[in-house]
Amino acid sequence: MMLMRESIVMKIHYGTAIGAVFLTVIHILMRMTQDFHESLEYENVIANYEMIGYAIMLELLLILISVHGFNGLRIILLEMRQGPTYEKAITYGCIASMAVLIAYGSRTIIMTSMGMT
Amino acid sequence: MSNISQEISQEKSETVLSPSKSIKLRISRSNPEAGTEEKFDEFVIPVEKYTTVLDAILNVKSHLDHSVAVRYSCRQASCGSCGMKINGKPKLACFTKVSELDTDTITVEPMDNFPIVRDLAVNFTRMFNNHKKVMPYVVRDDSEITPGTGVKEILQTPEDVDKYIQFSSCIKCGLCNSACPTMAMDTSFVGPQALAQAYRYIADTRDKGKNNRLKIIDESHGIWRCHFAGSCSQVCPKGVDPAMGIQLLRSYLLGLRD
Repeated sequence: MMLMRESIVMKIHYGTAIGAVFLTVIHILMRMTQDFHESLEYENVIANYEMIGYAIMLELLLILISVHGFNGLRIILLEMRQGPTYEKAITYGCIASMAVLIAYGSRTIIMTSMGMT
Repeated sequence: MSNISQEISQEKSETVLSPSKSIKLRISRSNPEAGTEEKFDEFVIPVEKYTTVLDAILNVKSHLDHSVAVRYSCRQASCGSCGMKINGKPKLACFTKVSELDTDTITVEPMDNFPIVRDLAVNFTRMFNNHKKVMPYVVRDDSEITPGTGVKEILQTPEDVDKYIQFSSCIKCGLCNSACPTMAMDTSFVGPQALAQAYRYIADTRDKGKNNRLKIIDESHGIWRCHFAGSCSQVCPKGVDPAMGIQLLRSYLLGLRD
């Protein structure tokens, strides 16, 4: 069962890893704009979400990490057992779980950035 | 003149032969078809400094237990028949001297990641099927022997040959597949042996089957399941580097080389 060529999946896998590392570095550097503890206070975190650029970056980070993580999980599970039914279940299961996680995370980002806290 | 020949003769007679010593050879015995559990039989056998592990096993077969099952043929690391685990590491029995192991107890077991036929003999069917799958031959429409084509010889420069020559040393002994951690987990994985051979033919300038071969290995249990542990390259008795071949194949698939 093949949704797309494995080399394309792996290009996405490597690309999302590089992108996620880059955005995580920015995310961590943003903690340094003020005292670390202060940056994690409730009001400051909410303020971060309300910056539209930062909210877009968090959304991107969520997508990149979800795609990379669930593909990684799919690969590990495919190596543990084999069989057409199992592989189909793992592939669709991972895609569905990824979509649910992205949807739930996006809901949090969108609601918070719109001030619905 | 007669003095000289006498001296040579005397020198010969005083040549010290390597003192023979004894070692304990532990051989894994099992017969899955008969449902017997794996056990180890121990044999004490004399060895010389030039005795190979295969010689030691054949000594057991000749004098102590005829029923030991072992596959072998050329005794010179050319046929790839006598691969087994020697003191825990995949090696060719004919290419491993007892003296180099530096121990008085040698344990021989069948290779990992292969179904056991009996004792030290394993089933190569899966490896040979994967090998065939990657089309291990030069693919092209014309031929050096096609009459009337005007093609007499398909020339290659030494640089062209350098690209794949080490991979053509593969003797299909299966040691790389036995050492591969992915092969241990993923029963559908194509394996380092077949992947190295895929690279050998893709890198050959005479070959035109690159796209087909890349398609064959670009699937969910293909080349991307290699974790680059490198153990395949470490155990190869012929100096082939399957791990490098796999990385070079990946660079084709990632579009980093044509």
